[in-house]
Amino acid sequence: MLIDFFLHLKAKKLPVSTREFLTLLEALKEHVAENSIDDFYFLARTCLVKDETHYDKFDQAFGEYFKGVTQIPGLDADIPEEWLKMMMKKHLTPEEKAKLEKLGWDKLMEEFKKRLAEQKERHAGGSKWIGTGGSSPFGHGGYHPEGIRIGGESTGNRTAIKVWENREYRNLDDTVELGTRNIKIALRRLRRFAREGAEDELDMDGTIAGTARNAGWLDIKMRPERHNKVKVLLFLDIGGSMDDHIKVCEELFSAAKSEFKHLEYFYFHNCIYDYVWKDNRRRHGERFPLWDVMHKYGEDYKVVVVGDATMSPYEILQPGGSVEYSNEEAGAVWLQRMLDTWPRAVWLNPEPERLWDYRHSIELIRTIFNSRMFPLTLAGLERAMRELNK
Amino acid sequence: MRFEGTDTYVATPDLMLAVNAAITLQRPLLIKGEPGTGKTMLAEEVAGALGVPLLQWHIKSTTKAQQGLYEYDAVSRLRDSQLGDEKVKDISNYIVKGVLWQAFEQGKPSVILIDEVDKADIEFPNDLLRELDRMEFHVYETRQTVRAAVRPIVIITSNNEKELPDAFLRRCFFHYIKFPDKDTMGRIVDVHFPNLKKDLLREAMEVFFELREVPGMKKKPSTSELIDWLKLLVAEDIPPEALRSKDRKTVVPPLAGALLKNEQDVHLFERLVFMAKHNR
Repeated sequence: MLIDFFLHLKAKKLPVSTREFLTLLEALKEHVAENSIDDFYFLARTCLVKDETHYDKFDQAFGEYFKGVTQIPGLDADIPEEWLKMMMKKHLTPEEKAKLEKLGWDKLMEEFKKRLAEQKERHAGGSKWIGTGGSSPFGHGGYHPEGIRIGGESTGNRTAIKVWENREYRNLDDTVELGTRNIKIALRRLRRFAREGAEDELDMDGTIAGTARNAGWLDIKMRPERHNKVKVLLFLDIGGSMDDHIKVCEELFSAAKSEFKHLEYFYFHNCIYDYVWKDNRRRHGERFPLWDVMHKYGEDYKVVVVGDATMSPYEILQPGGSVEYSNEEAGAVWLQRMLDTWPRAVWLNPEPERLWDYRHSIELIRTIFNSRMFPLTLAGLERAMRELNK
Repeated sequence: MRFEGTDTYVATPDLMLAVNAAITLQRPLLIKGEPGTGKTMLAEEVAGALGVPLLQWHIKSTTKAQQGLYEYDAVSRLRDSQLGDEKVKDISNYIVKGVLWQAFEQGKPSVILIDEVDKADIEFPNDLLRELDRMEFHVYETRQTVRAAVRPIVIITSNNEKELPDAFLRRCFFHYIKFPDKDTMGRIVDVHFPNLKKDLLREAMEVFFELREVPGMKKKPSTSELIDWLKLLVAEDIPPEALRSKDRKTVVPPLAGALLKNEQDVHLFERLVFMAKHNR
């Protein structure tokens, strides 16, 4: 009875267990629910789903099973402008690439405005107009050393400077438990034990000393328990080139969340500017000014930034260089400000260490961070924790 | 025994079903929801409606699972031994019963409220697995086993500050109290203020729901805050017209301090009002 339903939920990746299923059957046997589909729905939900974040998933699965509703199509389809559709990708030879002249920053913006005004229809494959797959500096999917990216998926080249689309950013899932154990062990190096709070532990040495001083008359001494009171601020780069590293970042996030009692985390994109956010779905509505963050969390916080530091140098050095909006102050200024607020800071980079020398932006950030950049591997993590503990 | 809501508490059908499932199958019920949606109230109301005693256990960050069962007061025994008290010979004089023990020995149905279980240490729920499952535990000091003759109804609330372990969740029923819609909210207010003027209520509710829609709010006002605010409005005898004004968006509602509990939210709201005034 209902086994198909149970397996259907399982197939939809809902974390349901046999025990919970048996509970549901027991409840049905006891006639907790009347014979209506609504009651059954509520009962099944209260028995099987133990987290409100799964409610939506459950609703879809339930609807599908009992009404034969087809899956809601196009949930993730994000249709770009017609003329921006990915049509073709021109494969350039290295010589051709070299031939493309590098336009300067100001000129690039100026050109862009001009062409945006001129262009009316879809364009693909050329070398001047905004479109897809060409070698014009504007559009996406093509190749130009300092291009501006508009809509669509970023292709492998990653040289587009401006992202002009509202991307869907996934929140990091911290439930990944697989493989996080090693990371937890590495994070444990970052411990600062202190006695704080309620006095609820017998202080044996103190009691003996006190009793002796009291001429044998018992003098009980209590003291607070020892806790790990290290405080950690985590900044996570999200989206764009970080998509390749999403798994390792989720593992780190998951481990850190269960390891530190005082952990605060914020997201940013590529480089840190005047605001960060905590929820990627509401990142445009709910922002936290970095000034507020700096004032709220004192210098006893240790800062861990996770990011691949792979971006256009403009994004670090130039005011207005952010890919998302026009920032008044350059990323480098903000990074320096952070380091002044929190002297104990490291940058963890998921890119392999051997590639660091070949990317200008990594070199820049490494210099700002005073070489305190470590690869996001177990060994790198241990080095980073040792650095933070100094 | 069935729970159908009470005169002072409005329960939605799904909540009622969850409570009844927990009563019938004698499993713990885990309640989550926005602050101020009546999680703690639920246990009081269930106990009241069923006419059984309510035993409350409020969890703090220092609470240990053992404290819900019993505690052995070694320190006072040590002190008594120095004073030569006769009591000291029997260890059971120094066993202090916890909330679960008290409920287990009732001999009749009771409701246990474990409030804000997420405040405690991560291990806390795991330490209670067997006790809540079998409704029995062993007292090592006196070598006795305490067993519930009648299984109590256990209601656990959580504010989602920590994730609860899967093993614990599997043993519970779960219900998330979602924020009430306008109809339900109207019924809730009716229950608390039966004689409230219709127009004042309508105006107040509109202001309230508009306020909840303001983006970027750190702490959205909840049901309990609405009730507090209405209490103030009634006490101050504010006329419905004061809430309306010509353009509701351009005035800070009277006594807004009851709704906005965070100075950043107040600033944000004042800024929005200021902008709205100038964009007219």
